[in-house]
Amino acid sequence: MLTDNNKIFHRKKILAVFIICTGAFIGLFGRLVYLCVWQAEHYSRMATELHERERSIKAARGRILDCNGKVLADNKTVCTVSVIYNQIEEPDRVIEILCKELELSEDYVRRRVEKYSSIERIKSNVDKTIGDRIREYDLAGVKVDEDYKRYYPYDDLASKVLGFTGGDNQGIIGLEVIYDTYLQGEPGTILTVTDAKGIEVEAAGERRIEPVSGLDLCISLDMNIQSYATQLANQALATKEADSVSILVMNPQNGEILAMVNVPEFDLNHPYDLPEGTAEDITSEEKQNILNGIWRNGCINDTYEPGSTFKIITAAAGLEEGVVTPESSFHCPGYIIVDDRKIRCHKVAGHGSQDFTHTMMNSCNPALITVGLRLGLDSYYSYFEQFGLKRKTGIDLPGEAGTIMHKKENMGNVELATVAFGQSFQITPIQLLTTASSIINGGRRITPHFGVKTCDRDGNVVDVFEYPVEEGIVSEETSATMRKILEMVVAEGSGANGKVAGFRVGGKTATSQTLPRGSGRYIASFVGFAPADDPQVIALAIVNNPQGVYYGGQVSAPIIRQLYENILPYLGIEGDQNEQN
Amino acid sequence: MAANAKRNLREKKDYRAKSDSHERNDAQEKIDSYEKNAYGERSRRSTRQKKKEQSEYFFDYSLLFIVLFLMGFGLVMIYSASSYQAFLEFEDSAYYLKKQLIASIIGLVVMIVVANIPYHFWERFYILGYVVSAVMVPMVLTPLGVESHGARRWIAIPGIGLNIQPAEVAKLCMILFLAVMVCKMGKGIRTMKGFCVMVAFPLPIVLEVYMITKNLSSAIIILGISILMVFVASPDYKKFIVMALLVFAAAALVVYLVVSGNDFMAFRGNRILSWLDPESDPTDTGFQTLQGLYAIGSGGIFGKGLGQSMQKLSFLPEAQNDMIFSIICEELGLFGAVAIILMFIMLLWRMMVIANNAPDLFGAMLVVGVMGHITIQAILNIAVVTATIPNTGISLPFISYGGSSVMFLLIEVGLVLSVARRIQLKEL
Repeated sequence: MLTDNNKIFHRKKILAVFIICTGAFIGLFGRLVYLCVWQAEHYSRMATELHERERSIKAARGRILDCNGKVLADNKTVCTVSVIYNQIEEPDRVIEILCKELELSEDYVRRRVEKYSSIERIKSNVDKTIGDRIREYDLAGVKVDEDYKRYYPYDDLASKVLGFTGGDNQGIIGLEVIYDTYLQGEPGTILTVTDAKGIEVEAAGERRIEPVSGLDLCISLDMNIQSYATQLANQALATKEADSVSILVMNPQNGEILAMVNVPEFDLNHPYDLPEGTAEDITSEEKQNILNGIWRNGCINDTYEPGSTFKIITAAAGLEEGVVTPESSFHCPGYIIVDDRKIRCHKVAGHGSQDFTHTMMNSCNPALITVGLRLGLDSYYSYFEQFGLKRKTGIDLPGEAGTIMHKKENMGNVELATVAFGQSFQITPIQLLTTASSIINGGRRITPHFGVKTCDRDGNVVDVFEYPVEEGIVSEETSATMRKILEMVVAEGSGANGKVAGFRVGGKTATSQTLPRGSGRYIASFVGFAPADDPQVIALAIVNNPQGVYYGGQVSAPIIRQLYENILPYLGIEGDQNEQN
Repeated sequence: MAANAKRNLREKKDYRAKSDSHERNDAQEKIDSYEKNAYGERSRRSTRQKKKEQSEYFFDYSLLFIVLFLMGFGLVMIYSASSYQAFLEFEDSAYYLKKQLIASIIGLVVMIVVANIPYHFWERFYILGYVVSAVMVPMVLTPLGVESHGARRWIAIPGIGLNIQPAEVAKLCMILFLAVMVCKMGKGIRTMKGFCVMVAFPLPIVLEVYMITKNLSSAIIILGISILMVFVASPDYKKFIVMALLVFAAAALVVYLVVSGNDFMAFRGNRILSWLDPESDPTDTGFQTLQGLYAIGSGGIFGKGLGQSMQKLSFLPEAQNDMIFSIICEELGLFGAVAIILMFIMLLWRMMVIANNAPDLFGAMLVVGVMGHITIQAILNIAVVTATIPNTGISLPFISYGGSSVMFLLIEVGLVLSVARRIQLKEL
């Protein structure tokens, strides 16, 4: 049957097969070396990503520090409780314990526990003691992770300035929003090795990518001034039965805000609490409206008719343009006729003959209207714009309201006259304060701000914020004249209640009637700065709808006086020895 | 009947020894030198010569040892790769190990039986074998067929509760058939006609396996075994080089067509695309390939340690089966993988030695067929696992889980051992 025998060529062929196959094996060996050595890192990283389940760790949010380093916004340790479906062994016991400890409805917990997901969060911001207690039950499939919750040590201090954060560590209002990117930090991760179904591999343990803490924000606000101003504002709110009281304290040289009070404030640690007496059955939309009202920062978000304090601007424009000098004389019969209108002075009998300084001291409407009319519409309007009144101030708080002003083409002499003494248009309090600062500080329009710098946890400065300054709003000469005039207003004029013994204070009062006219609602305000010859601090007090006496000189000037009596020595501002008697 | 066959064989052998003394001398020299290499010492040989009455035939213990080593290693790796999944599915972490162990023991018994039957006994069944494989493959479509992993490739043997793959039977039968055919054709194989006839015979079976069981890999292996046997049987090289080039060109063309977006072969096309860039499609066709690469890459040079694989935790489909090599890489690293490759090369070498010294062409061709089967399958498996070629389901001989595969492989090893036993030491 077999006719052929093993031939040499067969051996050669078999050897060839051996060599080819061995060659193939060696080729595969080369491929393996490539995969196991060169590609090892790449594939093992991808495999690790596949094997690990992530649980994020909140980063500690940066703190907010006042100018003295006092902590205004801090973090406290809280716990997040979550469940891992595949690892729960006794679902009913887990549901029962979680309901009891977390005070949640059984229905809610059951839905979460029985949901088929890799990890399901039951509740975050759980108190640490409760979290520890849950951990002690040692329930399979229940995870208690520690994280941070925002905590405000002074509760309602500067609430509308600081703002608060939401459940995901994000700013909701105030500085927390504006500086969110600095404060937030980078969340870390807990990586747990699991099999393809998500069950933890016990021997593998956990790997942590540590979170990067957010940067601390240092602001110009001074906790001491802020709390004293809050005290004064609350006092005024109570005694004058006002709707609200705002106090702004700023350094007019650089725009650093030392205090911004808007009473009533709200508790930052419980920002969603509704005021007592709120009806229970309100819709969520109504609730949100109420909360938005509570959170509203009147100094920034609301506009008002500035009234007589705006005469500072008219006067500065008149002086700058040269249409008046402090010695120019005016006659006030108690009214002025503009076109076909008769506009009254607040003093019905009139101020009689007076020089320009005295018109400011008396806050005489007809005199300032005259200045405005002398300037003329074009000129006045261009000063209005030059002073930056039509722009926003650029303050580092969210939601700054813009100026509500007549369009130039719609303005006649009557409108010009009303604007000249601060009526028929609206600006924000911060806008008034900023513009007044620019006029008295030598003509530099500064940007009001809180944020000064950011630091890491060890106090090393990371960012220093710079703000635009616009030079030459008014000349230094006009600025000096204005300081002198405004000092006279406080020293001997309508702002006498703002006088602080031993200090040179300049300022201007205002009493503006709110719209609609004749409602009997007034806004009493006073803007004052010290020392009058070299202003280091400027403050504005606004009392909204005071009952009884409503004049700015009577209601608001005393607030600033009390404030200055305390904070001027505190700020180290030297008093005037000559006047100290 | 067996005794009768033995007598026939002896007669033939004597006839051959007389008629072809020149060839015999040559073979003697070879075996002589081989004997020296294998046992080294003269003294040992002289002892053996003294005992030649008891052991007049050669038994290749090295081959047996290599096979046993691979199987033992395979059992350890099957347990390591499958225990997690087995516990999840059957609450018995040794489920796959036990099944494989039973198949291995049965296989070893059959192997010893086959090794003790002179291989010429099987010669007469060559046509029967061909017919049986041709009939068995379509049987997967009958109610006897068993579907698993979305493919209908098994048939249940009634009564013993064992599933076998007709493709495995076809591989074995094809080796036998072609070995006999080569001997029958004699010098006729050197002509173009003879060559074409030899290549034409396996084609119906190859097509059956491919078309009916949708088992491209088995079809490729059967074709590969056939071509390898014809290659050894024929003294020509040119034809085969041309063939290799043609196959290479065809493969390149297919890849080109798939990449250029021609959608005439959707199913295989996706496999090729996911082979070229497994990371582009990690959820679907590239999934298994990518998971295998994760395992190999994360093993690195020294591996994570036996039992430490992550990928076997349900990430890698078929971890104990087609993809077991990647688990070996993950747990034992490059070194474990190289050890396996070296064992296969040694196996290849042992078989080459046996084939070269086989007493006749039939024996040599049988060994070449088995050698081709094991080697092609091992190379293709490792190539698939390392994403060197597109993904197709091929198991790693002796190591992958699979009862019928290991049993048929052991039968083939039994044949090789049987051929080795015919290498007569007393003639040295």
